[in-house]
Amino acid sequence: MRKIKHGKLAGGCSDACCLKLEDLSIALDSEQILDGVSFHLHCGEIVALIGPNGAGKSSLLRAILGQMPYTGSITFSPAGGPAIRLSDPTGAAKGSRPLVGYVPQSPTFDRGDPVSVLDFFTAATSRWPVWLPIPKKHREQAAACLARVHAQELLDKPMGALSGGQLQRVLLALALDPVPHILLLDEPLSGVDAEGEHQLLEMLDELRTQYDLSIFLTTHDFATLDNFADEVILLDKKVLCAGTPAQVLSSPAFYDTFHLRMGKGGVE
Amino acid sequence: MDLWYHLVDLLPFEWAQSGSMYFMKNALLAVLVISPLFGLLSTMVVHSRMSFFSDALGHSAFTGMAIGALCGFHEPTWAAVIFAVVFAVLFNVVRRYTALASDTVIGVFASTAMAAGIFLSTLGGRSFTKFNSLLIGDILSVEPAKIGILALILLAVIVLWLVSFNHLMLSTVHPALAGSRGIRVFWQETVFSAAIAVVVTLSMTWVGLLVINSLLVLPGAAARNTARNTAQYHLLSMLGAVVCGIAGLMTSYYLGSSAGASITLYLAAFFLVTFILRKKYN
Repeated sequence: MRKIKHGKLAGGCSDACCLKLEDLSIALDSEQILDGVSFHLHCGEIVALIGPNGAGKSSLLRAILGQMPYTGSITFSPAGGPAIRLSDPTGAAKGSRPLVGYVPQSPTFDRGDPVSVLDFFTAATSRWPVWLPIPKKHREQAAACLARVHAQELLDKPMGALSGGQLQRVLLALALDPVPHILLLDEPLSGVDAEGEHQLLEMLDELRTQYDLSIFLTTHDFATLDNFADEVILLDKKVLCAGTPAQVLSSPAFYDTFHLRMGKGGVE
Repeated sequence: MDLWYHLVDLLPFEWAQSGSMYFMKNALLAVLVISPLFGLLSTMVVHSRMSFFSDALGHSAFTGMAIGALCGFHEPTWAAVIFAVVFAVLFNVVRRYTALASDTVIGVFASTAMAAGIFLSTLGGRSFTKFNSLLIGDILSVEPAKIGILALILLAVIVLWLVSFNHLMLSTVHPALAGSRGIRVFWQETVFSAAIAVVVTLSMTWVGLLVINSLLVLPGAAARNTARNTAQYHLLSMLGAVVCGIAGLMTSYYLGSSAGASITLYLAAFFLVTFILRKKYN
């Protein structure tokens, strides 16, 4: 299997703040979902995971989140600290795991759900029972977190009334509190219009430099990969190809998978 | 209780005169305990789309009563509580390990429980009529000791709500997101459904199996029409449940109708009002 060349950190893995997946396999009911996947994620990098439906992208994210049993190893080396092995879901001692922020595929809220953004935020980040009036302290805290993604004005809106892009921003703000080591985003660009997409990508770029985050996202939107991704990994149960967006999009493996030719000229 | 009787004596009603009509005063206190309890649980039953599930729990409680009666317990309610909790936990386990949709699993459980209940209660040619009182319920038969138990349950549910409402809400919104923040989704859901099981079973004797589910659905559904955040949602749901509870009890006293059914009709009217006043979008 081909090892990934590190984008920004040329000259091999520096071991600085790095999530390493080695020989990761997942099998469910005798069906192989992932087969010997290995790659590294580094701080300050945005890595995009692409692949056809059923390629195991979501399962891979869930394995990193510790919500799916796997074989192989996932280790995390914090900057200046010893490597930590994220063994099976419940195995790792609490506190030693790296903080993983997770932005799920847009959850569906009913339009009438009486859950405001403030309720949702406070429920996830504090112990204050949100069915009681929410104190000013929590209100200010939520507003500050939303400000990170330029979404303060959404504080009192019902979750069900948000647009796709707004919901993504709220979920992103939540994933950033507390600021994680690794940020996982599951299809953040689906259900978001062109402007929302532009805003989101700009924000991710801002975040990774500001907080030195390692950002890992799945996407089907190949056209914009070149604008934001440092690395692209093409997955179909195994890593078929990995490298810069240009390398992956022009690779034979990409063509075989999607029957698309993407290059400087766009989709043909 | 004496304090309560003295308090009620101050009310200007025919039944509130001192030294008489204790059953009505007991019933009023019971309503004041039961209605906020249902108002509180209702918010989450509606939010997590478990109204069908709570209906099924009523059926299982009935089966528990039948089992308890068959075993010759003097107080079959406790057998019913245990059975309903087991039912709720089993349901959650099955739902976790199957690919079937939730409502299918509920359907399987509800019909099984109901059939088992009827089978057991009619075994050996026995008459079903002694269970009729369970179907309609009779709040006027409530005794002070039972009100005490209900008050304890109300307290327990409030504590549960203080401790785990946030986690429960996130679990229903997005299990994987909740899991990524360290919430044990399965346990949250199991404890919540066990709580509903206990409440439904204990109050069934007074409210009646046929209408108990409406108390778990209507307050939340009505509050949802107009509430814009979670605090409003809870306030409206509990307030609506209490007001309708008292109004329903009064109506049943003066008209001689079933209290459970009267309360439900008031709740339905509450729903209608909030539906007309519902928040509009754009």
